[in-house]
Amino acid sequence: MAQFNEMFQGTGVRTPYGRLQDWVAAMPQELRSLKQAEAEALFRRIGITFAVYGEGGDPDRLIPFDMFPRVFAAAEWAKLEKGIKQRARALNAFLVDVYGRGEIIRAGRIPGRLVWQNEAYEKAVVGFVPPKGVYSHIVGIDIVRTGPDEFFVLEDNCRTPSGVSYMLESREIMMRMFPDLFRENRIEPVDGYSELLRRTLASVAPKKCKGDPVVVILTPGHFNSAYYEHSLLADLMGVELVEGQDLFVEGEFVWMRTTEGPRRVDVIYRRIDDAFLDPLCFRPDSMLGVPGLMDVYRSGGVTICSAPGAGVADDKAVYTYVPDMVRFYLGEEPILQNVPTWQCGKAEDLKYVLDKLPELVVKEVHGSGGYGMLVGPKCSKAEVEAFRAKIIEDPGNYIAQPTLALSTVPTFVEQGVAPRHVDLRPYCLVGERIELVPGGLTRVALKEGSLVVNSSQGGGVKDTWVLAE
Amino acid sequence: MRLTVDHVTRYLYDQPVRSVVQSHRLAPSAFAGQRVLDWEVTVSGGLRGGAHRDGAGDMIQAWTIAGPVQEVTVTVRGTVETEDLAGVLRGHREAVAPECYLRPTLATRVDVALTGLAQSAIGADVLALSHALSAAVADAIAYRPGATHAHTTAAEALALGEGVCQDHAHALIACARSRGIPARYVSGYLFATQDGVPHEAAHAWAELHVLGLGWVGFDPANRCCPDARYIRLGSGLDAQDAAPIRGIARGGGREAMDVTVAVQQAAQ
Amino acid sequence: MLSRTADNLYWIARYMERADTIARLLEVGSRISLLPSAHGYRSEWDSLLQASGLAVAFAQKYGDPVQRNIESFLFFDRDNPSSIASCITAARENGRIVRTALTSQVWDALNTAFQELKALEREERSRLELSRLTDWTMRHAAMLRGAIDATLLRNDGFNFLNIGYYLERGDNTARLMDVKYYVLLPRLEFVGSGLDNYQWSTLLRAMGAQRAFHWAYGGEVTAAKIADFLILNPQSPRSLATCAAGLVNHLGRVAKAYGRETLAQAKARALLAEVEGANVEAIFDEGLHEYLTRHIAATADLALAIHDAYLSGEMRQCG
Repeated sequence: MAQFNEMFQGTGVRTPYGRLQDWVAAMPQELRSLKQAEAEALFRRIGITFAVYGEGGDPDRLIPFDMFPRVFAAAEWAKLEKGIKQRARALNAFLVDVYGRGEIIRAGRIPGRLVWQNEAYEKAVVGFVPPKGVYSHIVGIDIVRTGPDEFFVLEDNCRTPSGVSYMLESREIMMRMFPDLFRENRIEPVDGYSELLRRTLASVAPKKCKGDPVVVILTPGHFNSAYYEHSLLADLMGVELVEGQDLFVEGEFVWMRTTEGPRRVDVIYRRIDDAFLDPLCFRPDSMLGVPGLMDVYRSGGVTICSAPGAGVADDKAVYTYVPDMVRFYLGEEPILQNVPTWQCGKAEDLKYVLDKLPELVVKEVHGSGGYGMLVGPKCSKAEVEAFRAKIIEDPGNYIAQPTLALSTVPTFVEQGVAPRHVDLRPYCLVGERIELVPGGLTRVALKEGSLVVNSSQGGGVKDTWVLAE
Repeated sequence: MRLTVDHVTRYLYDQPVRSVVQSHRLAPSAFAGQRVLDWEVTVSGGLRGGAHRDGAGDMIQAWTIAGPVQEVTVTVRGTVETEDLAGVLRGHREAVAPECYLRPTLATRVDVALTGLAQSAIGADVLALSHALSAAVADAIAYRPGATHAHTTAAEALALGEGVCQDHAHALIACARSRGIPARYVSGYLFATQDGVPHEAAHAWAELHVLGLGWVGFDPANRCCPDARYIRLGSGLDAQDAAPIRGIARGGGREAMDVTVAVQQAAQ
Repeated sequence: MLSRTADNLYWIARYMERADTIARLLEVGSRISLLPSAHGYRSEWDSLLQASGLAVAFAQKYGDPVQRNIESFLFFDRDNPSSIASCITAARENGRIVRTALTSQVWDALNTAFQELKALEREERSRLELSRLTDWTMRHAAMLRGAIDATLLRNDGFNFLNIGYYLERGDNTARLMDVKYYVLLPRLEFVGSGLDNYQWSTLLRAMGAQRAFHWAYGGEVTAAKIADFLILNPQSPRSLATCAAGLVNHLGRVAKAYGRETLAQAKARALLAEVEGANVEAIFDEGLHEYLTRHIAATADLALAIHDAYLSGEMRQCG
């Protein structure tokens, strides 16, 4: 399979990577090891430990950081940015619609079954329109590249996409270690993210809020694998990082417990799942949430970001219909394409998938973190057959996609520099306005030939550069 | 029929709790079969929270009670003018798609026996089938208070062959969903002294969605469709989802509950 | 600030101060055990366990008070919530939770102590001299304190840290003195003897105050001078007077910042007034043990008031 190398084209170097060739050439092995150790020490020192949503694992674990940056030219990014913002708008329009009149279903563009019987569809918020009509305030869109101009969306994350702390800290560390690189290349900054996030959250304050909205981040607690990220974002935004026990409902509002007495909270950026938000409305055994929160939310006393119920838009079965959403709601042609996807729940698709199983990637509809998936070409016959049995048992639970020839970026490996597969997760902010900082989280599969970039399975991260015009 | 309701729920804690939060679904539904003449809900020591009408058309009212408190009393009093619509929920405004009510819940999950019971019912159309399902459930589960508890599932009640209105409703919902009919749990009141059968005045039944008619109530416990003796409060996927009062107390106390409900025919 | 954050900060201070005290206690023990003793060294160690309030827990796990076991119990044992290892781990975890309320220097001090502790735990026990462990502990406690004083914003968080420090320190000083008077010296005829004086100076040494004491008082070490130094002298960094004044100061700053007095301020002022109004004769008339017991109870009462007013998050006034 021909793989697109983002740096080298034949014998030449692609323009955005122009200056990096000299940089690598001028870095002897010893210096490289030294820098690598320095980077790791910095990560450990600041306490950044992290796991991508749903991957679990040791909370004090460090993700490998690769110093070789991934670079986009201004023009490449401009197109991506348009496509990402377009997708984020369509996803939010879809959410407002399916919790309202359901026009897209009435129009026969998406089966009602996929929406109404979806576990992530929250009956409790039907008919409620969140402030500014925004359900998903932080949309993380996973994108892969297969050629100079070919980008595909792998999946959408409309609930609480994580990993943005890595985008921010990777940049900090690169700037500290290689200031010359930043002098030589004109790299767009990403550190405006936290201010944009704060403004986005403040812009969706509820109607009952008078004056400057009080924003908080709600974390499941310090044992959570993404706790570092929660505390970093709270710190950068200058807002409180709260746990469920720090909040309570009294009268029409949510309050936080402070040393000066109760303080009203207007906007909650929650990093816990819907099911745990409010034991009165969802799981009655939840200890992480705030009893009565949903009643306050639905009567306009507080805004929850992302809005409960947003998960129905990033379901892998609904994903197939996102290009249709773009056409239906925006009247535009989608700029970013989906990876062709077969729904095993459909008889004709299932037949195709079972026929071509060794060539395909098969995923669980609700899975994440690279678990519960089959990468056909990388698996033994026995593994393929075992997976076949699982698909036949519950076809509706699986989707399949062709194995894409993911692009590669030069990466530091033991022997020197070698190409490794990458993906990209930019973070699109949706409030009164739609914002996107020029950058994102580039994940890299450090194992040779591997296509799985998840940190739990040998993935690392890179700094992602967008060059100024 | 003009019905008066006097419904008092007392929560007693064996030691003072720090605070109580409640969510009430205690207002009579707004539809052609009911007209509220007067209605009042009070909560001892309670502070009224936010209110909203949810997607299923239910009025939800939040309350908070600041502690320390050892006893909370919720009192519902009012008069409703009802009309017999043969179970049809006419003129009820709601936004939730009926297909949402095909989802199973813990209490309404089917097992082999429930599927069998559902398959045993025969009807020429959805309405006839619904009646048949309701009758089948009534035959399969005898009314016997105390045989089941609040967390008994439909499958367990059927295996036991006994239960109360909650179990009848759960079983009918499970059967209906397994036949592809959207079904939901309804909580309300029943004026039920006239036939001498001692049913509780706090009552529950099921609604099944029939194309053309919309939502239609079925009460397997009384082998009928809701008529003028019924007051409808709200609905949900199952009893927990449709509970008239959901609440949580903060602080260690153990909770005991004492409920009295009286539904009477008012003098005209 | 969030009540829980204030609570975390307060406990960082309390745990680190407690670790410091345990280290000092271990030092007292090892010094006293070097002295030829009338009633055998075992009872010296036993007294120390009594002092730390851990005698029962120790006996259940180890039985007889053998020095090696006591060292393990007080330094490494994770089953003992007051061991130095437990305290440092708890302090660091509290710090991790409120990482963003700390400067990088403060976090560094906490995290380094924790990382080095893990390295110590991996070392072979026979190669670890007790003095190395106690020095190590006191050094890290001091480094954290220094980082706090040098780099932290003087906001309410800083006040809650200091409230934790002064509260724990005052309580510990009272307990250490009580041990000496009530436990270490079991028989009255020893009062004023060579053993008595040796124990008093060991106590001073453990509090790192021997030189300061001599500068301040000179001459012979007597119970009266020590009581004056450790209870009443506002120059002594660990005296009950200093700790009470510190509590009044930092609680006062909190009240001023919030524009609201609570029961905690009143209780702290009462505690300080009590200490300032006392003199050595009156204390010995009442009985040192009785006086200290009263002080310890008053401190616990103040801690409860601080908890209710600021740390529990249960205050009702809506702001």
